[in-house]
Parts: sequence; structure tokens; C-alpha cells
Amino acid sequence: MSKANLLDRRAVVASLLAERKETIVVGGLGASTYDIAAAGDHDRNFYLWGAMGGAVMIGLGIALAQPRLPVVVITGDGDMLMGMGSLATVGLQKPKNLTIVVLDNEVYGETGGQASHTAVSADLVGVARACGIADSRAIATMAEIEAYAQGVQDVASGPRFASIKIDSANLERVLSSRDGQFTVTRIRGALGFGPI
Amino acid sequence: MRARTETAPEIAPETAPSWPEDIFTILQRFDVRQVPYVPDAGHSQLIDRVLGASSMRGIPLTTEEEGVALLAGAWAGGQRGVLLMQSSGVGNCVNMLSLTQIFRFPFLTLVTMRGEWGEFNPWQVPMGSNTQGVFELCGIKVLRASHPEEVREVVEAAAGQAYNACTPTAVLLSQRLIGAKVFTK
Repeated sequence: MSKANLLDRRAVVASLLAERKETIVVGGLGASTYDIAAAGDHDRNFYLWGAMGGAVMIGLGIALAQPRLPVVVITGDGDMLMGMGSLATVGLQKPKNLTIVVLDNEVYGETGGQASHTAVSADLVGVARACGIADSRAIATMAEIEAYAQGVQDVASGPRFASIKIDSANLERVLSSRDGQFTVTRIRGALGFGPI
Repeated sequence: MRARTETAPEIAPETAPSWPEDIFTILQRFDVRQVPYVPDAGHSQLIDRVLGASSMRGIPLTTEEEGVALLAGAWAGGQRGVLLMQSSGVGNCVNMLSLTQIFRFPFLTLVTMRGEWGEFNPWQVPMGSNTQGVFELCGIKVLRASHPEEVREVVEAAAGQAYNACTPTAVLLSQRLIGAKVFTK
């Protein structure tokens, strides 16, 4: 079901990644990974097809290892709700190069569109701020997305958290590689690390 | 059987066990950089050393599965890590341990055991009794150290196979080694 005035997830992600430069991008399982693949395959894309609740922590591990590179986690409200404790862990570590973007359609789209907690009661921006991520905000327009995408490149002012309410329409899946070893080896290669 | 207290580091330096220092030295030698943990009294000495080390980052977690995902990210970013937890936390990790097979990354965890060897608290027993089995079902190799003098060689072997051969490995540090927690004097 679509609602008026909500942003299109593919347009949001395409805009966020349009000038990505050296950014490493982690996509949460399901639609977020399809959105990142739709914006264009890239050797610094970390696609998840499982590990629900783990996207932010994978992003944190990369961000701490590569403090001079922007790291962006793009995930859904379901993954974020499952890994909510990781916002407290990020709030404690305060990696300046990490940005977390939640594409919040208020449903579990991959499993039939059941309502998520954010549809009624849970305020993820409030949670992130209360966990110590001072720059936590809701974004509602494409103009704000474009400005935010530039800010993501600043590796001295994070961590950041943004929730973007998006249209809940299920879009055609754009399938990335499902091979985790390929994905990680490719990222490591892009960063100059060889196989064992 | 030796005893430990709720807040462990009241041990005087001259009576502190040397095996946590052995572990720290091995982690340094293997260039371990990220050390996520959920605290346990049995790990307190090692956690203090990690938090005081400039080459390592101690990362407190809200739940142990966060550490599995963190270490996968660390590896993608070019760093090695080790997850410190208690046996009760192993159950919290189960689905996230899939990442060790999906990415074949060098996963090492050091687990202090509860629920065995004179345990007072029955709530620790079910998970403590199944810790090794859960790891093995998840495809993680399990090594165990029960005596202070064997910790060094067991952890060295575990680190070697984890970091050199990308063989996901858990070391169980027995309650016999750590001492059963004392609830009543």
C-alpha cells in the first residue's frame, strides 16, 4: 500500500550514493540491499542477505578499522529494531566516520507487509539520540537527502543517524551477489588487503 | 577449587593469575585490534589490559551477537579481533555465527565458563552444559583450557588456526581454571 508524500526508496538511495567517492556502504538484508544494488554495483558495497540485526555492527567494525573512510549503513526499520542495542554501542564508541540511515516503511515488506513497531509507537530517531548519537534526525524531503549525502563525506563529525520515512510499495528486486566471501574479499581488495 | 568475587580485580597483584597476561601477550602478537566484550568476572583482568592498550580497542556490547557482526566488519576493514564473553552469551550469538561460514573470516572467541565445576547458580547450568555443543553445531571448533599452565598453548593454537587458517574457533576457559563464583561466605 502506498501513501502520498512519502519518499521513493530507490530515489533516496540513488541520491545518497550519487557522489559516494571512497565510501563503504553496508546494506541491511532485504529491500535495502536491493536498493543499493539498484544504485549500481560497487566493489565497496557490503550486501547482507541475512544476519538480521547485524548491519549497524558490521558498519561499526569497518568504521573503526578505517577511520578515514566514510562508512554508511543503509538498512530497514525491521533490522534496526532487532539490533537496537547496537545504537547504544555506537553511541559509546562515537566513530566520527559512521552514518546510519534507516529506510523506514513501517512494515516487514519482505515477509508480507506486516506492521512494524515504527508504524505505531517506536521512535528510532529518539532511540538513537538517547543512545548518545547527537546528530540524529528525521529526513522528509529529497532536498534534505542531497544535503545529507554531502555531510556523510565528512569523517570528522559523526556518528550520524537518520530515519527516512519511505513509501512501503514493494519494488522489483534488484539482486546483488549473495556470496559473502566474494563480497568481503572484494571490499578488502579495494582497501588494499589480500587473501590469507 | 579457588574462588572469585563478584568484582574480580580485588586480587592483589602478587596473587593475580598469570594466564590472563599470557592471553594478552598472544593477542598482541597476533595483531588483534578490536576486542568486543560483554563483561565477565573471569575476563576482568584481560579486559583491563585491553582497555589500557594503545594498539587495541575494547568495545563493550549490549549483547554478544553484536560482537560477531563487529568482527566481520573489522575483517572487511582489514583488522583482526577477538570476542570475549561468558558461556551464557554463546546462546545469544547463534544466528549471527552464520557469518563465520558466510564470510570465512578469522573468528576467535574466548569464553569463560559458568554452570560447571561447583556452580552455585542453577540458572547458569543449562547454557553452560550446552556451550560446546552449540558452538559445534554452528561449525565452530572448540578448544578448552582447564589449568593455568595450559592456557598459553591452547590460546596460541586457537589464535593460530583462527587467524592463519580462517578456522572459526572458540576457547572455553573452564570454571575450574577461573574458580566458581562465591555467593555466600
